[in-house]
Amino acid sequence: MATSIVHRMTGVALTAGMVILAWWLAALAAGPDQYRLFCSLTATPLGQLVIFGFLWSISFHILSGFRHLIWDIGFGFAKKTSNGVSVVIFLLSIMAAVGVFALGYLKLHGGTP
Amino acid sequence: MSYRTPLAQVDGLGAAHSGVGHFWRQRMTAVALVPLSIWFVYAVLGLVGADRNTALAFLREPVNAVLMILFILATVIHMALGIQVVIEDYLPNETQKIAALMLNRAFAWAVGAVCLLAVLKIAI
Repeated sequence: MATSIVHRMTGVALTAGMVILAWWLAALAAGPDQYRLFCSLTATPLGQLVIFGFLWSISFHILSGFRHLIWDIGFGFAKKTSNGVSVVIFLLSIMAAVGVFALGYLKLHGGTP
Repeated sequence: MSYRTPLAQVDGLGAAHSGVGHFWRQRMTAVALVPLSIWFVYAVLGLVGADRNTALAFLREPVNAVLMILFILATVIHMALGIQVVIEDYLPNETQKIAALMLNRAFAWAVGAVCLLAVLKIAI
């Protein structure tokens, strides 16, 4: 199913995302001005989209990667099982991304999660 | 004509001359990254909306600094290996492939160096 190529695509996306991690850490170490610039960029619509994309990518890649590890041990190859788990991976990854994003949103914009 | 059997040609470290090193390292970092990535997302979520001093204080905690360094190291190794497979699978031209493989390694080292220097600068 589509999980295989999406696993690769999220892996590539997360690799690009490492530039943002490096940017965050470097800005944090560099000083208040640099850190303020980074934080203001994360608040823009594009920044929010990137953060959501990162959350979904990492959720999907962990879940799908976990299944790869189970495949490596030698389980879960039956067609029915494999296809069913693929659907579960898609659904769970979206739920995890929306959930974590919502927690962050509530933390910023008031309301107790 | 060679009398070497196909088995003999792939014996030991095999046709790629690197054995199962790539495969195994990919799996070891994958296993490590399951808990480390979950910790990372949890940690960053905790810093949402926090000011710079709070974020600095977080990384000055030795446990957090060590976990962040482990996350960075495992991620950088895992991503270099993963992107290498993508390059090997999709780039048909040998020259392009070698150039891309070099860039891939350079990127991983550079990102790792920047991240580690920043964490060490903050934590020490």
